[in-house]
Amino acid sequence: MTLENLLLMRHELVLSVTALVVLLSELILSKDDTKKVIPLLVFLFLINTVIGFLPAKSGELFGGMYRTTGLIILMKNILNIGVFIVFIQSAGWLKSNVTGFENMGGYFFILISSLIGMDFMISSGDFLMFYIGLELATIPLAALVASEKLKEKSSEAGVKLILNAALSSGILLFGISLLYGTTGSVYFYKVAQGFYYNTLQVLAFMFIFTGIAFKISIVPFHLWTADVYEGAPVNVTSFLSVVSKASAVFILVILLFTVFHSIIDVWNDILYYTAVLTMTIGNLFAIRQQNLKRFLAFSSIAQAGFIPLGIIGGTTLGFSSVIYFLLIYLFSNLGAFGVVAAVSNATGKENMNDYDGFYQTNKALSLVMMLSLFSLAGIPPVAGFFGKFFLFTSAAREGYFLLVFIAVVNATISLYYYLLVVKAMFINKNENPIQKISSDGYMKASLILCTLGIILIGFAGYIFEFINSLTFGVK
Amino acid sequence: MNILTLFLIVPVLTVIAILISRTKEQIRVSAAVGMGIQLIQSIYLIFAYLAERSRGNIDVMLFTKTWKWFESMNIQFSIGVDGISVSLIALTGIVIFTGVLTSWHVDYLTKEFFISLIVLSTGVFGFFISLDLFTMFLFFELAVIPMYLLIGIWGSGPKEYAAMKLTLMLMGASALLLVGILGLYVNSVQTGNPEFTFNIVDLSRIDLPIEVQRVFFPMVFVGFGVLGALFPFHTWSPDGHSSAPTAVSMLHAGVLMKMGGYGCLRVAMYLMPDAANEMGWIFIILTTISVVYGAFGAIVQKDLKYINAYSSVSHCGLVLFAILMSDKISSNGAVLQMISHGLMTALFFALIGMIYERTHTRDIRFMGGLMKVLPFLAVCYMIAGFASLGLPGLSGFIAEMNIFVGAFQHSETFYRVATVIVCSSIVITAVYILRVVAALLLGPIKNEEFNFLKDAVWFEKASTVILIIAIAGMGLAPLWLSELISESLNPIIQKLSLLNIY
Repeated sequence: MTLENLLLMRHELVLSVTALVVLLSELILSKDDTKKVIPLLVFLFLINTVIGFLPAKSGELFGGMYRTTGLIILMKNILNIGVFIVFIQSAGWLKSNVTGFENMGGYFFILISSLIGMDFMISSGDFLMFYIGLELATIPLAALVASEKLKEKSSEAGVKLILNAALSSGILLFGISLLYGTTGSVYFYKVAQGFYYNTLQVLAFMFIFTGIAFKISIVPFHLWTADVYEGAPVNVTSFLSVVSKASAVFILVILLFTVFHSIIDVWNDILYYTAVLTMTIGNLFAIRQQNLKRFLAFSSIAQAGFIPLGIIGGTTLGFSSVIYFLLIYLFSNLGAFGVVAAVSNATGKENMNDYDGFYQTNKALSLVMMLSLFSLAGIPPVAGFFGKFFLFTSAAREGYFLLVFIAVVNATISLYYYLLVVKAMFINKNENPIQKISSDGYMKASLILCTLGIILIGFAGYIFEFINSLTFGVK
Repeated sequence: MNILTLFLIVPVLTVIAILISRTKEQIRVSAAVGMGIQLIQSIYLIFAYLAERSRGNIDVMLFTKTWKWFESMNIQFSIGVDGISVSLIALTGIVIFTGVLTSWHVDYLTKEFFISLIVLSTGVFGFFISLDLFTMFLFFELAVIPMYLLIGIWGSGPKEYAAMKLTLMLMGASALLLVGILGLYVNSVQTGNPEFTFNIVDLSRIDLPIEVQRVFFPMVFVGFGVLGALFPFHTWSPDGHSSAPTAVSMLHAGVLMKMGGYGCLRVAMYLMPDAANEMGWIFIILTTISVVYGAFGAIVQKDLKYINAYSSVSHCGLVLFAILMSDKISSNGAVLQMISHGLMTALFFALIGMIYERTHTRDIRFMGGLMKVLPFLAVCYMIAGFASLGLPGLSGFIAEMNIFVGAFQHSETFYRVATVIVCSSIVITAVYILRVVAALLLGPIKNEEFNFLKDAVWFEKASTVILIIAIAGMGLAPLWLSELISESLNPIIQKLSLLNIY
């Protein structure tokens, strides 16, 4: 293996170096200086994100276990951006003393390990690598979810997450073993060659789909989501709802398009019904929520229900729409979570009626929240509209008009509960609203980044064209 | 530079000017200046359009310009106007400018108010200049969503309920609409058109199969029809109008509801003519109900805004009714009615707002004799009322005349019976208008406090006078406007007219 080959794994290598540097820097820094880890990490991770965008080659490593293409690099870059925003949003939380971390380096190290796992998962060329990546991506998260040691709910959430993750990966492994048994290989391309309408193989597919569906929290595998999101610290929740979910969607699409493409009509049906269920149930539950984290949890379930509209039919245009949608969803959801985090860190308030009259005291935060929610609801001119519209268009082009109609009706229902938050902030009167929150520079930077993303990505048509140029020929 | 792009650039600049303004006075002035420029532009556009036509340009759309936006989906940013959109843009220009003037006194969150108002108007302008269904839909939603904040924050009465109801009903309508336009897009690959397209001009050259039209015509028509207060989806309109602040009621009844009529004509009827001829009767029944029911509804209401909201349901029903007749004269009447109703209903809501500010009630049972204390406003109100009931010399007459003459020329009995029923609305309209005028303006003053009311101030006078000039101008010299419209109706009617001798 030459150095040039090794550089194919650029993302993972740079991430590992970053993680180690952060971990070691804590040993060197004196006790009083531990807060300096944050700027160091932010700087390193920024460099890492920029390096990700440098031109790269595609290729394979380890006899095909690891592979990388322009599209996979794009996915990793999207994840990097998401994690970068999560990091700068969590600076304020880490500086306050509610965390269970005696050393902040630990927090960053765990998150970066999880990200490395996701990168390996997306890059995997066989099911073993895929499984290892998945586990590496999930297990550190349980530690993070449970990290607020003093809160009962946080520990509960951690246990729920690890149990659910164990169950889902058990199911997934069973599916993989069935595939191995029937095709004699764990390599994607070999499995794809030996794949036909064999009941056992379709069953294997179902198990694998279920395993990933847990991660994306598609109904009926969503039950852990709300509790975990509520119990976890806000920044971890935003990581779970954006980065973790996006990575699982990416690998799901890759698997469906490459390995399971021969049974497209089976998974079309499955995606159809899960999409309808996920959207509808996510929406109906979101309406009743008072806690904003739970609210955003159900909203993110509903959002996940839109994703199958792009996958269904198995077109590259749909694939591009999915990536585009996730990119926009990343900025919108992180914008909303950023505001919730800022408020929660400053005041500890997380309920919707705490936000009554929020606009009187915190104009900028309310506007960011409103834009993010409008983007989630798919209201023009913010980017969410474009993301949803393209998903609908690609489903309509495959002839799924009824599904599109159900989805659009669901988008309208979702508008209702997003407007409830807008109503609380802008319309409801409150004698003593949340006082003026002065968030630190990191939080401000992250919210500005999210707002720019929300406003600009939709109008910039070439972003979509760029994604589309990469997905071309995936099948 | 394309003149139409200015309609989108000027609001953006205005919003920036408002954002950097310090005082409330600066905010108001920048809003008024920006929208004043929009008004001048929209009037200028009429003359530019006429000049271009007289130069012998016979394209369907003028001032067209197309930019590629999302190439892989063949989504364009495509703009252009014909006589119909030109006249509706002029209407929008007038209503938004007078709307800004009547909102001069808004004190609570002034900056946010004017920004939302201007965003709303941008949606409307953008809608009328769009030639691409994607951008049209985008601007449609852009116009709807600021309504929520405008009604919710600055409204009166049960404003939260009304705002939510209005937003959700219109967004629900846009759900139907979205599926409808996606249906057009997906089926746009026919002989002679190799690529999927949202462009209206390209779509109009395609003969869609009748089976496709049957599915998507009702979706598009209802989608736009909800905005045009089509029975039974009109219920958002009375609640929304009565809770909205003055300028928003003006814009909403004056312009936003016209987007519904325009969309029905331009998208539903123009692009799917076969289904329009085949299924038109269902919607004719619905619009007939709209017209008569709206007028009866207005009779029993006691709140001034509710009366005008129901009257709007009736008048906008008339617009959709006339469009469905697929007759040139009545379609011409429909567009005239859109403009006429836009102007007079804006005048109505402006006056109601002004009266409410003085009397603090909108209930006609507690009012009376306002003619004695508020002569200026009262005379304006009477003029608006007369325009509404179709007095010759004002705008309402010429519009309704065209509609009824055109509609009755339909040879089939069904259409004639429907026309006769709809005609009865003239009488009912006269009843509720005269009743309100009598109760509100004439007779003795019922409330002692009303004796000390002050008549209109400069910005109120300015906005009402502009509207009255437009109404009277349209009523006295209808021909040039009518010609502007009717020539542009030709391509639409040609596609539709299979039954008419014209």
